[in-house]
Amino acid sequence: MAVTGVELSSARLQRNRRSGVLKRLMSDYGQEVVVFAAIITLFVVVTMINPRFVSANNLTSIFAGNAYIAVAAIGMSMVIITGNIDVSVGALIGVLATISGTLAVAGYPIWVAWFLPVLVGMAINAVIGVLVAYAKIPSIVVTLGALSILRGGLISVTGGTWISNLPPDFLIAQKRLLGVPVPLIAMVVLTLAAAAWMRYFAFGRSLYALGGNPEAAVASGIPAERRTVAVFIIHGFFAGLATILFATQLQVIQSTVPPNLELTIITAAVIGGASILGGSGTVVGSTLAAILFAAIGSALIFTNVSAYWFRAVIGLLILATVLADMLRRQRST
Amino acid sequence: MTLRSFIRHETLLALLLALVLVVLSLQSDKFLTVQNLLNQGRLMTETGLIAIAMTFVIATGGIDLSVGSILGLSAILTGVFWQNVGLPLSVTAVAAIAVGTIAGLVNGIIITRFKVPPLIATLATLALYRGLAEGISQARSVRGYPEWFYVLGQGSVLGVPTQLWILLLAAVTASILLAYTRYGRTVYVIGSNEVTARFSGLSVEGTKLALYTASGFTAAVAAVIFVSRVSTTRSDMGTGIELDAITAVVLGGTSIFGGRGTVLGTVIGLCLIQALKNGLLLAGVKGDGTIMLIGAVLILAILASNLFERSGPR
Repeated sequence: MAVTGVELSSARLQRNRRSGVLKRLMSDYGQEVVVFAAIITLFVVVTMINPRFVSANNLTSIFAGNAYIAVAAIGMSMVIITGNIDVSVGALIGVLATISGTLAVAGYPIWVAWFLPVLVGMAINAVIGVLVAYAKIPSIVVTLGALSILRGGLISVTGGTWISNLPPDFLIAQKRLLGVPVPLIAMVVLTLAAAAWMRYFAFGRSLYALGGNPEAAVASGIPAERRTVAVFIIHGFFAGLATILFATQLQVIQSTVPPNLELTIITAAVIGGASILGGSGTVVGSTLAAILFAAIGSALIFTNVSAYWFRAVIGLLILATVLADMLRRQRST
Repeated sequence: MTLRSFIRHETLLALLLALVLVVLSLQSDKFLTVQNLLNQGRLMTETGLIAIAMTFVIATGGIDLSVGSILGLSAILTGVFWQNVGLPLSVTAVAAIAVGTIAGLVNGIIITRFKVPPLIATLATLALYRGLAEGISQARSVRGYPEWFYVLGQGSVLGVPTQLWILLLAAVTASILLAYTRYGRTVYVIGSNEVTARFSGLSVEGTKLALYTASGFTAAVAAVIFVSRVSTTRSDMGTGIELDAITAVVLGGTSIFGGRGTVLGTVIGLCLIQALKNGLLLAGVKGDGTIMLIGAVLILAILASNLFERSGPR
């Protein structure tokens, strides 16, 4: 695994040496450009079939209704870029949403109901990070265990009941700021901030180094264990923010999250270009991928294709993206 | 270094299983009865078959997340071929198993020919195969199978549930294959160091291709048993079973980085999980509490085995 990681990052370096703006754009942001092009193509084709696809209502539901997936995928991308994985994030969002709703209904100040779950998310992920970094348990194993614990805990605490009677002020995801839905603003701001942080700050850069070549990263003075814990805490932070958007978009909070939410989030990160081998990927890509998913789901409805085909389409899409990426890498080496 | 650590982890696990059995039988007198234990064996067969193939896959350093979806697809095809196409049920079961095997083969091709990491490849096909199951069935279930079909999932042979014989056969065959054959040794070498395996002239690609195909095959067989056990076909069958199987395999001492693991360990891990599920249920703990406990056991078991070995993976 480590060997391939080194090979891939050296391939990336070689590509970066090539000249030409378009070529550089394609080699640095190849995946992002591909996903963006796919979104544009989809919008053009579906709008020709059914113009109501680009109605304001539908655009709002595409962009705002799925913003929480994009926000959660930001943290997931960072985890994947450092060569780890987290399959427990879906269950975590469910647990945090329940905490948030319970606080809101119990009459705590709204901001407590919003932000206490964020802290809880960071704390839970700190434990996961410590188990991965210091106890040296592979992240897939730790988060698989955490998935069971969180999911079981959620059902046994709530007993499957829904939380209703949420205070109107609590429902931030339904609000607009200057006419723009709040989730959309949150998605764009968080994505750009995280992207800039990962590209221009030493801490952000060190994540790529850790994922690309852990030995070299440690040799150059990066504290690998502490960074790994930090990445999981940051991931918990974004999962917490995603929870705010998720929990406040409806009048009720269900005791379950959409099935396979963690896989949707991982898939968004991966389609967006985060290499599961670690060392590459950007959060702009993962957000674009989350938008693409939402658009495909909506497109099926507007073109009268049964929504039951949604996952088959997503599966084909992931395969096509991954195969294209692999072929591109093989050609450039 | 390796053989001793195998024995140690499995002995530890077997002791844990014995302890759990004793404690649980004290909690409820319904637990340690032949009838109950056989019934539990019936319930764990589907996960068990998948976990046995998964042991090989994980021992090479790979993973197969698509097994639950292959199970769903094969289950749906069993029903659809029979009810909508009108083929005899015996033919449709075989056809469904064939499709599941091909689904596994496709995984293998994507992983070996295109060098896509197994986690990503099978994550993609997890969505694809489940999507096909949902699309083909349009979320309609199929029921009313002929009586003879239920022998597989609900009947008994010589007093033991039919499918438990299949699991036993699979476990023994796989055990011998992994421990005593050239093929088994190849699996371990690929898992410890794939480059070495390639330079040693071992067929790395061929071995992997066969493994993922076998994984699809066992998932499809599990699908037919599942349909026969619950008398109905739904497109969401087997959702999340990949996580159960992986938990059993990892709990059984197979290293997630490959190169280490035995079928016996997986079977003990499987029994431990099933015993906990059932015993706690009988002792009055709700199912959700049990799920939590299994998660904690998984993490603690790996933590303990890492501490004992000192030299943890990586």
